[in-house]
Amino acid sequence: MPLALRVVQSLSEAAGILAADSRTTLLSGGTLVMRDVNEGRLTEGTLLRVTDPVWRQIQVSGSRIELGAGATMAAILANRELGFLHAAARAVGGPAIRNMATIGGNLFAGAPYGDFAVALLALDAQVMVLAGYGSPRAVPIEEFLAGRSRGEARLVASVQFNRPVAPGDFRFIKVSRVKPKGLSVLSIATHLPGHASRIGQARVAYGAMGPVPIRARGVERALEGKALDAAGGAAARAAALEGIQPVTDAIASDWYRREVLPVHLGRLLANQS
Amino acid sequence: MAKVPVQFRLNGSDRAAFADPADSLLTVLRRGLNDFGPKYGCGQGTCGTCSVLIDGELRLACLTLAASCEGASVETVSGMADGPNLHPLQNAFMEHFAAQCGFCTPGMLTAAKALLDRNPDPSREDVIDAIAGNICRCTGYEPIIQAILAAARTLPAQRRS
Repeated sequence: MPLALRVVQSLSEAAGILAADSRTTLLSGGTLVMRDVNEGRLTEGTLLRVTDPVWRQIQVSGSRIELGAGATMAAILANRELGFLHAAARAVGGPAIRNMATIGGNLFAGAPYGDFAVALLALDAQVMVLAGYGSPRAVPIEEFLAGRSRGEARLVASVQFNRPVAPGDFRFIKVSRVKPKGLSVLSIATHLPGHASRIGQARVAYGAMGPVPIRARGVERALEGKALDAAGGAAARAAALEGIQPVTDAIASDWYRREVLPVHLGRLLANQS
Repeated sequence: MAKVPVQFRLNGSDRAAFADPADSLLTVLRRGLNDFGPKYGCGQGTCGTCSVLIDGELRLACLTLAASCEGASVETVSGMADGPNLHPLQNAFMEHFAAQCGFCTPGMLTAAKALLDRNPDPSREDVIDAIAGNICRCTGYEPIIQAILAAARTLPAQRRS
């Protein structure tokens, strides 16, 4: 039985269908699902398209930001109020991919993809999940990513987070061998409020250091309460490898990723990347 | 499995085809509508040789569900020339030896057109970023970059101002 296609207008209807039929796959920008179709990994079941315009909305009101899961990387780049996220959005593919790839899809992209999710993890985003008919439920992104690695299927309506208070509180780097577009050797996002004097609620996230983006809790502890000076940077680098399980793939071995991670973390914290 | 009808404007002409529900736009263009300009390269969104413009936006036809193009305007490399008159980008690619095996050329031209349509006076860095999603294994990219910059210089002055 080849693939069928179903198109629905509302997110809640889509969530209900996904909850009722495990053989239904949500199609967002197509950069992940259509690749599986082309390569013969997805040959049966139903593709589900959602045309609800709410899914693609970006709302910036004061300090709170909500990105519809169907919003594309290009839409992020076109929004001046989201300038702090532009480096992370630009890290995703080339121009054509950025016109297609969505925020929601990036949350499901396996390593070494999913660089934008690393940024969202450092921002402590809340993932608004629809698990059937009803209202979206807020799930902390770290919990959401852990659930993803267990294969849980849910519809993401949007992601919400607070804008970093000061310029420079949020930083992002993607390291790749080919520039300007290449797969991640690793990516790092840091959100360090008060970095000029005393860091509070440090958040540091890694990509390609596990099957899903992970928090660097050792680095966060090392930076908590400190200034982002030479001593703070040294403490962060010393804790850089805690809790990581780097992937080995065609881009880099796990050994290489371990070797270069502290170097790039140090450069990012020193603002030299 | 029942076919689904798909209708869109292709290079300025209304076209229709029947497609399998999961067919990509590239499949419909090549098999259904005999537009062999966009190439099937990797099928993964890596090589860029299937690049097309959908409603003026650069996209990859191999990763675009054909059914999602209903009512859209699709432009491919096949529609770039105006009858016997090549597009300035096509002339520049010839003059600067920007095509060798030619497999990447449809995608390169389309990505370059997307750039010049929105930025008629690009910098070298703009050009490099614009073709970052297109792989060429022959030229080393430099002739392509030079061709796109040269084509931009031939555009009417009012488009560049």
